[in-house]
Parts: sequence; structure tokens; C-alpha cells
Amino acid sequence: MLDAAARQNAVAPVSFWTRLNENRNVLGLWFMLPAAAFLLLFLAYPLGLGIWLSLTDARIGRAGEFIGVENFVWLWGDSVFWLSVFNTLLYTIVASVIKFAIGLYLALLLNNNIAFKAFIRAIVLLPFIVPTVLSAIAFWWIFDSQFSIISWALIELGIIEQNIDFLGTPNNARASVIFANIWRGVPFVAITLLAGLQTVPQSLYEAATIDGASKWAMFRHITYPLLTPIIAVVMTFSVLFTFTDFQLIYAMTRGGPVNATHLMATLSYQRAILGGNLGEGAAISTAMIPFLLSAIMFSWFGLQRRKWQQGESDD
Amino acid sequence: MTEATLKTAKTREPVTDDSEGMDYLITRQSRFVTVYLPLILIMFVLLFPFYWMGTTSVKPNSELLDMSNHNPLWVSSPTLQHFEKLLFETEYPAWMWNTMLVAVVATFLSVVASVLAAYAIVRIRYRGAQTIGGLIFLAYLVPPSILFIPLSTVIFQYGLFDSPLALILSYPTILIPFSTWLLMGYFKTIPFELEECALMDGASRLQILIKIVLPLSVPGLISAGIFSFTLCWNEFIYALTFISTSSNKTVPVAVLSELVDGDVYHWGSLMAGALLGSLPVAIIYSFFVEHYVSSMTGAVKE
Repeated sequence: MLDAAARQNAVAPVSFWTRLNENRNVLGLWFMLPAAAFLLLFLAYPLGLGIWLSLTDARIGRAGEFIGVENFVWLWGDSVFWLSVFNTLLYTIVASVIKFAIGLYLALLLNNNIAFKAFIRAIVLLPFIVPTVLSAIAFWWIFDSQFSIISWALIELGIIEQNIDFLGTPNNARASVIFANIWRGVPFVAITLLAGLQTVPQSLYEAATIDGASKWAMFRHITYPLLTPIIAVVMTFSVLFTFTDFQLIYAMTRGGPVNATHLMATLSYQRAILGGNLGEGAAISTAMIPFLLSAIMFSWFGLQRRKWQQGESDD
Repeated sequence: MTEATLKTAKTREPVTDDSEGMDYLITRQSRFVTVYLPLILIMFVLLFPFYWMGTTSVKPNSELLDMSNHNPLWVSSPTLQHFEKLLFETEYPAWMWNTMLVAVVATFLSVVASVLAAYAIVRIRYRGAQTIGGLIFLAYLVPPSILFIPLSTVIFQYGLFDSPLALILSYPTILIPFSTWLLMGYFKTIPFELEECALMDGASRLQILIKIVLPLSVPGLISAGIFSFTLCWNEFIYALTFISTSSNKTVPVAVLSELVDGDVYHWGSLMAGALLGSLPVAIIYSFFVEHYVSSMTGAVKE
């Protein structure tokens, strides 16, 4: 017996290398290698490096020295930084709330039985497909101080007398960039929520109709609870991308007028790349992390909580 | 039978009547007001910028800057001069080529890396696979706008500054987490038994992946590829920071930095540039709408 086994081993010698590669963990390591290399070299390492840079006085072309929290102390007393924090929060909150409201409304509209549904759905997503900067340039032109088509239309209709200076005054500029952001974000919210809506069983609505529920009651007690998990995810992404937005502001206003539309991301670009103060720019980026984490936590847990309140288990 | 009941019976739309028993009032007219009118309004706002881009790009300059004599909503003498200028007097073709190259190569690299990673997490299930899956999802939540400053110093250290390679190697960090997550969901739906059979027949894991799993997940691969490609095309902040020579720039960056000179905005060519730059993604999107939508919603639902 033993002999036979030994002979069989000798017939098909299994090298150490082959046996090693049959091990689950070793094999897994091989498969993970390419993705891990990218993510470690170009994501994890820079993320750590960013936090380190924020504690140094690095400038472009000069490695910095450790200076502790000096960058943060300096930012704490910097009114432009606080203005950018305010702008970022305003931008995120206003844009996200409106995106959610219009997106949900549009999803409910599209969930009706309408003609050319697939085609309309494809068209609705267009603003989300087109590169942000390129559509932002279109908005830049739409909001031009002299040749704005909106001003022209309103003048023709006799509603206003003069051109509106969309991007020239602080509040107008804020409203304009928020509008452009909503324009781009609504399709994403609408289409993902629509996918969620389509999974709600029709029989629930039929039962509710028999019970005499109103349209609002059906929305409130059937649609909304069943949609909550997907709303949580969609809004988490929406808040995240709005909070860290850069392209739209950079293309339309570059933070102007008088820093009124500077977001934290654009300010960090201005300070770090244009101004050369890598340390200070990195400090602004690092300061975004706690805001981001709390925004994620808020939309994630805040919305997900309703699920277990209804006695359902988590995923 | 009233028209409304007829319609509900016929089309099985979500029932729209309410408790007051007023469903006979939901006529075609009220349906128009509650569904089609708001839909048309929203669609108008969503699509108008494209119309405006299109008309601006074919208007001669004289018409563009004279809104009192010409109706700006219409083009009376369309011209291709802006496109001509763009293609023959600027480096636009080179920018297009750069963007295409970067997008295609980065997408390819990320899909390959993601396939391997997703397969390993879902099917090889090495120790800690779940944790790694969670970490990859977290990586998806790290936005480029907090990474670009340290990453620019890293790119400089690696000697990649101002080369397309900088973008080719940094874009996968945005694409891999998303694609991996998407493909994990896809691979989970493939029956175990197929793989077990192949394993018993002596196939290696790599053979199984290539010959069994991949052919079965072609739709997932297309979804991941399409979505990655559009993300690459849309990427801005890395391209803006890591590339400085004009001829190495990508379309979004170049349109903004090279076509705007001083205070004179050449709106015609700017809009032509924006339109042409959107075209490749729009074309690909129009062919793969379903894949695109399923990848977007799939990634959210997972």
C-alpha cells in the first residue's frame, strides 16, 4: 500500500511550485496582484502621503520639513478657507436636496406607462454621459454676461429690462453653478431610482388600492420604504461627488467672483498647484476628509436606519 | 365603461385612482397635465444646453454676437468654419488621440485587473477576501480631488510627469474599485457547478476564468468597459495637474485651457470643441445604453 502510494508519487511528481499555486491564499494573492499594485501605488500611498504633506511646508520642487499642525493653524485663521468651507457646504446641501427632489419626481414620472419609454430614458441620461467640463463650458456660455440666451429670452418676454450678470455677482454665481450641478446630477439620481422603482411589486399597489389608499399614502407607505436602501446609496454617492466637485467650478468661475464660488477642492488646487504651496493645499484636502466621512455616515446610517426600524434585517 | 377604466385594464399601468372614487376624472387631459407636461418641461431643461451647443457651433461669428438682428435660437446661415478652425488650426486631433489612447488603455488595464481581483474575491475566496472586498469599495469612495496633490508629487517621483503614462496609470485607481465591485456581482450569478466540473477535469483556475467564466460574463465586461471608458473621458483634475505640454493634453483640459485665449472667447469654436469632444462617448453610449444603465444601477444596488 505505502509502496504503491510512493510509486504513484514518483510517477507524477508534484513540484513545490505547483503545490504552492494550488493553495487558495497563494492563488488569491496572484490574482489580486495587478489590482493591488494599482491601488497601493496610486491610491493608498498618495492618500497617506497627502496627510503627511499637510504636516509639512513642502512647496513645488522642494521637499518639505515637518512643521506639525502649523498649516491647519494658519487655515483656521484664514477667512478665504472658511468661505470655501461655507461654499462647499452650501453647494452640497442645496444641490443634493434639489437633485434628490427632482430626481425622485422624474423617476416617478418615468415609471408611468409612457410612450417611447426606453428612448426617453436614454435621452435623460445624456447630461450625465457628456464630460462635465464640456457641458460646463456650455453653461458658461449660457450664463454669459452679454450674450446669455436666458437674459435674451427674458428680455424678449418683457420680464426683465437688463441682462442678468449670472457669473458676476457672488449670489448669482453660486446659484448658477448650483444649477449646472443639478442639471448634471438629476439624470443619475432619476435613472438609478427608476431602477429601484421597477423592483417594487405591483401587487402591493393593487392591494393598497383595494384598501382605498390615496396616491400619497401609497407613495409614503409603499414606494418610499421599499426605496429607502437604494435612496441611501444614491444619495451617498451624490453627496460625495458634489462635495468633492472640482471640474464644474473650475470651468465656469475658477472660484470667482471674489472667491464666492471657491469650493475646498478648487481652493486646494489654487494654493497647491498654482500657488506652489503643496503643504497648505494638502492641508485643505485633508480637512475635507472629516466632512466627507460625516457626510457618508449621515446619508448611510441616517437613511438605512429606517430599514431595521421596520423590523427587517440588514443585508 | 369609462375611458380611464378601459385604459387601466388595457395597459396595466400603476393604478392611478384615489379613494374619492374620482377615477373617471383621470382622462387623457389630466394625464397630460400630471405626466407629460412635467416630463416635457424637465426634458427641455435637460436637453436645451445641447441644442444651444449645436446651434452655436455652426453659427458664423457675425450672427453669434448680434442678438438684436438675428434670432439667437435659430441659425440663418450655418457654417462649418468653427470646426474647420478646430481641426486644422489647433491641435484638436492630437488631443482627441491622447484622450482616446488614455481612455482605451486605462480601461483595458482596469478591466483585466478587475476581472482577476473580482474572481479571486468571489470564487477563490482566499483568507480575508471579504475584508479586501470592503476595502475596494472604500477605495471607490476616495475622490480624486483629495488625491491629486500628493499624487502629483508621486507622479513626479516616478518620472511620469507630462506623459500619457501618468494618466494611464492613475486612472485605473478610479476605475478598478468600480469595475471590481460590478464584476463581483456578475461572477456571483455564475453557477458553481460549471467550475467544479472543470476543476475535476484538471483545469487550472486561470483556464476556468478564461474559458468558462469570462464567456458567460460578456455583458458584465461590456458594462464595466463602457462605464470605465466614459469615466476616463470625463476625468479632468488629474489630466489638468499631471500634463503641461499642450500637445499631450486631453480634450476636456485642452478645450478649457487652449481654446480660451485672454478675454476674447471664441464661443463658436469652444462649442464646436465641446460638441466634438462629447461625440465619442455619446456614440458609444447610444450603442450600449442598456449596458450602461445596468452598470450604473447595478453598481449602486450591489
